[in-house]
Amino acid sequence: MADIEIPVLTTSVEKMVQWARRSSIWPVTFGLACCAIEMMAMSAGRYDIARFGAEVFRGSPRQSDLMIVAGRLSRKMAPVLRRIYDQMPEPKYVISMGACASVGGVFDNYAIVQGVDQVVPVDVFVPGCPPRPESLIYGIVQLQRKIDNMKMNA
Amino acid sequence: MTDNLQQHLPSGTFEPASAADGMPTIYVAVGELRETLRLLRDTPELGYGFLADIVAVDYHPREPRYEVLYLLSSLGEPGYGSAPRRLRVKVRVSGEDPTVPTITGLWKAADWAERELWDMFGIRVDGHPDLRRILMPEDWDGHPMRRDYPVQIKQPVKTYEPLQVSEEEFVANIQASRDRSKR
Repeated sequence: MADIEIPVLTTSVEKMVQWARRSSIWPVTFGLACCAIEMMAMSAGRYDIARFGAEVFRGSPRQSDLMIVAGRLSRKMAPVLRRIYDQMPEPKYVISMGACASVGGVFDNYAIVQGVDQVVPVDVFVPGCPPRPESLIYGIVQLQRKIDNMKMNA
Repeated sequence: MTDNLQQHLPSGTFEPASAADGMPTIYVAVGELRETLRLLRDTPELGYGFLADIVAVDYHPREPRYEVLYLLSSLGEPGYGSAPRRLRVKVRVSGEDPTVPTITGLWKAADWAERELWDMFGIRVDGHPDLRRILMPEDWDGHPMRRDYPVQIKQPVKTYEPLQVSEEEFVANIQASRDRSKR
């Protein structure tokens, strides 16, 4: 009996929590414009975000960790975006996808919010118009790196 | 094309205009707009029964400043030799207190189009049953499609809007959806 190896892995609680949080990021289904098409492509077979554990798009913000703001945000939509963000449980993350969500893009006018960071705190900005699915995957990997370095109570 | 109109509309109430795209176009005075549109709709030989859209153009700083365009279609009768036709009816509107009469009495479809007219251009629609903004937020300042309207607006973004249902309705809705899922 004595020579049976017992599989034990030692780690800190923080490390384990960070690992758990970053390994199954569930995004909320929230597409605003054409970027959402690339977002769908990212989650579908060809690019397959399941490789990074973020493939389960939830229909309810209450089951989600990540909001990908995919597209231009109009001023009238801003309260809606904020409400959905507020309904997500902590810890929650936001990726601003594409030029329009990040800085307004070509829609430099009265109707479009010039950057969603005026409405919700953004963790990762993904450039592009629209960003290719690879870019968005890179953005999610960046977010995972960021989560890896986040303190548990932060 | 306008021969047909000349026959069936009272003379002097409209003035044919040329359009770059070749679509038959007429100008009508604001005062005669409703009657002309009614005739265009109800005269069987004309038969413009379908109001496709209402749009406006701001020719700032020209006076009269605005033109309101009523895009009509006659859908034709398939098999009876009458092809679908289109007609553009234009109205010149002054920049001072711009107003057009409502045509919701002729076409229900004009309702939202006229609200958009008010929202985007600030052209008041006389007699409209429910003249509110349709695209912009209700507390918005100004009419964005006017040419003297600034493109960029430095204004804080509104991030909160109260629920548009009362608390009791909200609770009742949730209860109803729970009951539905139990069935």
